[in-house]
Order: sequence, then C-alpha cells, then structure tokens
Amino acid sequence: MGIEIFYFLIFPGLLFSGIAGGLISWVDRKITARVQFRKGPPLLQPLYDFIKLLAKETIVPLKGSVATYILAPVFALFGATISAVFILLPVFGLDSGFNGDLIVILYLLNIPSLTYIIGALASGNPLAAIGAAREMKLILSYEMPFVLVLISVIIKSGMTIRFADLIAYQSTHGSLIGSLSGIIGFITLLMCLQAKLGLVPFDMAEGEGEICDGIIIEFSGSILAIFKLTKYVMFIALPAFVCGLFFSGLPLSGIDVLWSILKLLVIVLLVTLIRNTNPRVRIEQAMKFFWLWMNLFAILSILLALLGI
Amino acid sequence: MNIKDLSFKKSLWVFHLSAGSCNNCDIEILDLLTPRYDVERFGMKLVGSVRHADVLLVTGIVTNKTKPRVLEVYEQAPKPIIVIAIGACPCTGGIFASGYNFAGPLDKVIPVDAYVPGCPPKPEAMLAAVMKLLGKPASEQAKES
Repeated sequence: MGIEIFYFLIFPGLLFSGIAGGLISWVDRKITARVQFRKGPPLLQPLYDFIKLLAKETIVPLKGSVATYILAPVFALFGATISAVFILLPVFGLDSGFNGDLIVILYLLNIPSLTYIIGALASGNPLAAIGAAREMKLILSYEMPFVLVLISVIIKSGMTIRFADLIAYQSTHGSLIGSLSGIIGFITLLMCLQAKLGLVPFDMAEGEGEICDGIIIEFSGSILAIFKLTKYVMFIALPAFVCGLFFSGLPLSGIDVLWSILKLLVIVLLVTLIRNTNPRVRIEQAMKFFWLWMNLFAILSILLALLGI
Repeated sequence: MNIKDLSFKKSLWVFHLSAGSCNNCDIEILDLLTPRYDVERFGMKLVGSVRHADVLLVTGIVTNKTKPRVLEVYEQAPKPIIVIAIGACPCTGGIFASGYNFAGPLDKVIPVDAYVPGCPPKPEAMLAAVMKLLGKPASEQAKES
C-alpha cells in the first residue's frame, strides 16, 4: 500500500511529473522563442505561473453547477497523474505493470479531455460550450487513429498488450521506429499527440482569437492552476508514452539517462516545431484530416506490420 | 520578498480592454507583443479571457456608453489586478475632454495604477511603466533588455 502511494504522489506521479512536465513546457516555450528570434522566458517561469495562479482570487460562476465546476479540474489532475504513473513505471523500467495495462492507459488518457468538457459545460458560458463541443469532436476524430496505431504496435511486437513487454521486445529486437510500419505509425501518433495536448494546429477548443480561450474561459485562480498542472503532467506522460511505444523506453541506468532525456527532447522538439510552423485549422478540417488521412496512415501501418515490414 | 509577490511580478498576464479608442494605441500594444520587444522574457503574455488577467490595459476615452462596460470588465477580473491607462485619452481625456459624451478620465471610473501618456505612447514607454510599477531597479532593467 505504501509503495503505491509513493508511486502516485512522489516519484513517477504528481511531484516528479509536475516538475518534469513544467520543465518540458519551459523547453517548449523556449524553443518557440528561439524560432521567433526572441530570448524567451526564464527557467522558473512555469513555477511562477503556477504559484501566481494559486494565490489569485478564484471566481465561481453565479449560474452553473458549482460542485462540478470546482471538481472537474481535480478529476482531470487525477486522470493525468494516474496515467502518468501507469506510463512512466514501465517506461523507466521500474515495474512490469499487469497484463492489459495498455488498454487501461488508453482509457485513462481520455479522462483529462472528458473532464475539460464537463468543467467547461458546468461554467455556463456560451463560448465555453462552443469550446467543449469542439473538444468533443476532436476526441471523436483522434481516438480512432490512436487506437489503430496501438494495434499496429501490438502486432509488430509479438501480440502482447502489456506495456512493459512491448518495451522488453524492443530492447531485444530493436526499436520499432527502425521499421517502415513504425515510421508511419510514429507520424500518425505525433499528430494525435498534438491534438491530445491541445496545441496548434489542433487547439481550436482553446482558440484565443475567436472564442477567448474556449473551455477555460471562466476558470480563474487556483482552479486554473490545477488546469495548468494537468497540462504539465500530460506534457511528460504523452511524449514518454510515444518513447515507450517506438523508442524502446527511457531506461534510467547509468549513461542511458542522457540518451533517455535526448529521446524525450526530440519528441518535444518535433511537437514544438509542428506547433510553430502551422496555423490553426477549423474543426471540420481537423476531423477530415484525422478520419481520412490519419486513419489511412494507421491502416497502412497495420498492413505493413502484418507483413512484418 | 515572499514567493507570492515574486511570482506575481514574474508572471503578469495581460488583458487588453478598449473603451472606445481610435485604434492607434491598440496597434502600439500589438507592437509591444511582437518578437522585437519580447515581453515573454519578463513572463508577460496576452490572454484571451479577463478571468486569467493580472494586468488590464485600458485604451480610449471612457464615454457614458462604455462606462458601465468598463466597470463590468473590472469587476469580472480576479483580484489583485493592476490597471494601466494607455494613451492620453484614458489619462486625461485628451482632445475629447470637452466632448458632450465624456464620462471623465479613467481614474474617475476605476482605480488606476499607472498612466502612460502619449498619442500613441511608444511600446518602450509601456514596458518602462510596467517595470517602474513593479519596482525593479534600473540596473536590472538595463541588464535584461
């Protein structure tokens, strides 16, 4: 019992993934700044943002469901943290997990997006409702290719649905990114990552220009701080998941630590460069992109995996 | 200095409120947010919703028509909030001070923390106003810019 609480609260859980995710979000902002020939924010900027938001006044909407409004970000943080624990333990090679934990991770990764929708609808703001509708359509679009890519990875690495076994298979037979089906699957998963993290070109749920931050428009103070912390945790959980699926995990022993950090940073660099070189697409364009092209890519990846390429 | 005040000073999120300006000061504010001036190195960024704001940049004259709106936006913002009057119009009324519809300078409507006069003020002037307001020593400003 004690070790589970330690896992959840301290090491791969809340404290570690909050700090590491904050650092990754700083890397993201710094790369963005360098792309635009700027200097960028200081290293502790995510911490300053978080503490400032905790200390600000929290406003609760007069019309709307107050309990749901306050609890939604808390549940988002729960979902993000527990998925980070399930992802990071096998990825770091600390725990072998249980049979079928890949499916559990798939479900848990959806909890933050779903609670964003519930929280936005509970605030009673019409712009938040538009943002929630867009987020819902986005989930419907990216979930299908996401699952198909996972199936391709499972077929390629010997029909196992235990995340630790996938990583063990890759460390003996070589990373999946070395094969053609792996490359196609990686491209598809990178696009799904962009949508799951809510970054440009798929950030229409939080469009600043048109719907004033969309789903988080009414959130302020400490509730917004919990939202930010959820974003930080997702910023480490999802790139680590991709590393586990295609780059044979992030081992922590000896010199491998540097190699692991490099793998994580390469994924973050790719995500940031996509975010910086693309405009925001409309929701129906995003749906068309995922349902048509990304699904085709994912099915192609499955076919190649079946042929063993 | 305690960590709460430090974090507040290091992470100012700006919301832009136009109380009926001629669009000149608004363009200068947009200039301030371009990569050339890079306000993100001080932790500032533009937010889309007033619920996230720490700084309210008000431009334009406050007329009888916009006065209730300005008040409402101010009340919607979470406290503590810094209000900065950008340009001659919210500071004094400018050339519209004798207009029939003029509801007084901005500080007659909501409490104002800093005034940046000019028609329009330069982006450097706005940045200097924020830095002075936060009480940063001049040597540190020169080092960071």
